Amino acid sequence: MLPAGAGTGTVLDRVSFVVDAGSTTGLIGESGSGKTMSAMSIVGLLPPGAETAGRIAWKSEDLLTAAARRIRQVRGREIGVIFQDPLAALNPIETIGKQVGEILRRGGMPRQQVRARVLELLDRVGIPEPEQRIDVYPHELSGGMRQRVMIATALAGEPQLIIADEPTTALDVTTQARILRLLADLRDREGVAMLLVSHDLRVMAHVADVVVVMYAGRVAERGPAREVLEHPRHPYTRALAHNVPAVSTKSAIAEPLQGAPANPFDRPAGCAFHPRCPMAQDRCRTDVPVLREVEPGRFSACHFAERVES
Amino acid sequence: MTYFIVKRLAIGLLTIWGVVTAVFIVVRLAPGDQATVALGPDASAAEVAALRHTLGLDQPLLVQYLSYLGDVVRLDFGDSYRFGRPAMDQVLERFPATAELTLAATVIAIVAGLILGVIAGKKPGSGLDRAVSTVTLGMQALPPFWVGIMFILIFALQLQVLPSAGGGSLANLVLPAVTLAIPFTALVARMTRSGVAETMSEAFVQTARSKGLTETQVLTGHVVKNSLIPVVTVVGLQVGTLLGGAVIIETVFAWPGLGSLLVSAVGNRDYAVVQAATVLIALCVIVLNLAADIINAKLDPRIRLEARR
Repeated sequence: MLPAGAGTGTVLDRVSFVVDAGSTTGLIGESGSGKTMSAMSIVGLLPPGAETAGRIAWKSEDLLTAAARRIRQVRGREIGVIFQDPLAALNPIETIGKQVGEILRRGGMPRQQVRARVLELLDRVGIPEPEQRIDVYPHELSGGMRQRVMIATALAGEPQLIIADEPTTALDVTTQARILRLLADLRDREGVAMLLVSHDLRVMAHVADVVVVMYAGRVAERGPAREVLEHPRHPYTRALAHNVPAVSTKSAIAEPLQGAPANPFDRPAGCAFHPRCPMAQDRCRTDVPVLREVEPGRFSACHFAERVES
Repeated sequence: MTYFIVKRLAIGLLTIWGVVTAVFIVVRLAPGDQATVALGPDASAAEVAALRHTLGLDQPLLVQYLSYLGDVVRLDFGDSYRFGRPAMDQVLERFPATAELTLAATVIAIVAGLILGVIAGKKPGSGLDRAVSTVTLGMQALPPFWVGIMFILIFALQLQVLPSAGGGSLANLVLPAVTLAIPFTALVARMTRSGVAETMSEAFVQTARSKGLTETQVLTGHVVKNSLIPVVTVVGLQVGTLLGGAVIIETVFAWPGLGSLLVSAVGNRDYAVVQAATVLIALCVIVLNLAADIINAKLDPRIRLEARR
């Protein structure tokens, strides 16, 4: 629950997904679908005044009810976060070396050792000549380099899970591809689990093993990435996938997504997607569809999931 | 950096020339001159004319101005006709007392202002924020001379814990310094508060939290330093103002500083002292502003680049 102006609203409603070790789970949705909020809730980085209910299982504990002290231990050292816009997410007046090494320094590692480790991290994320870059400021680097610094920062505490919130949105297309390759490499080489938040289906198609499609703060569809993107079992996923020809196998007639995304503070009754859904029936306007297993491993929150054609 | 400082000092020289000229004109615009004031209302016209001639006041203004300018360039500010000794010596003698008072007020204002500002700014709209806003508004609204008189009434006359007048000891410093620091603290607090409040919404603050830092570590490690630039600028300007403008407070507390010297020099039409004091204050203001800019360039690496152009 979030306070919104005069009232409050349920921004996330029965959102549920699992991130497996060594695999990448993708959260897809339009802006306002609650994907970033879902991801940030894991490490407790919610807007002030947010109320929460449910469970965030991290290994054997529940992070939602954990003490603030424990959450801070988890942040950075067990779960790292990569933010959307690296220029805004890096402190403009500190050198990148200091920012990448902050977790280590605060963890009590001696200065010389921190420096050596930071150089190693910068090298690992593909920053050429780290010796020359370690003492520069964020504004002296290109967007792609800054995002690599951000990734190095997230890796410094050797987390087992990395949350990447739109890691390529602020970058140009060629840089996007390089950063995605880097993220995929890190997952493959180091077995880091990744929760990737993006509105970009091409990004998902490249990197994600499992995708969770979100709409208006609810999960619309969930399943193995390739299957979900190629054979959607929810009209919303289908509409999204059709907008990206590279993803859909059949280049069927593009069905542009009409209308504005539903506002979680003022969610339509029944299925939140019904005002924009070409398949909407009377039932969709009244009954909230439950996320159900429509095929082994495939979950959809559509009353007519079986009838969705890809 | 060196180029930047040299350039700024060159501009500073121009500013001083402007100040010297403005003071020269303003002092002479005031009715009466050294001769009339020195000889009093009973002097005859001939006596006044004779003294004006000795002082060079009967020459055309332009000639007076040029000869004065020539002296200033040679760092000769002339003699105080009242004290019969070099005006600048007179000024420099009083300067340490004013500097001491200003420094004390500034230290109080920076420490208290930063603490109040950070407390208020870290949670904009909170009860603490509103409380600090109300208090600082009050601190800025109180006229310093009234506060000074109240302090004297309370601490010197009623409680008799602190001296009301004079200089020389730490006890003498407390009341005038606190009086000067009150509006200054409020100013620093309000600048800090808005800077911190703005910085708190920056994305890098969330990054700092994602590294597992406590809120205090986030504030001290990332937020405060990013909020300081407007504060440093304002402190630089305000210290300059205090050096020259603590006149009322120096008078209230009979503090033997530059302000009281300046006031009596203006009253006596002691041109040389007025001009020497003004040039010294202007020089301090220029150096303080330069220092503020250099500190800001050290704080924010992005400023250094802009200054190089």
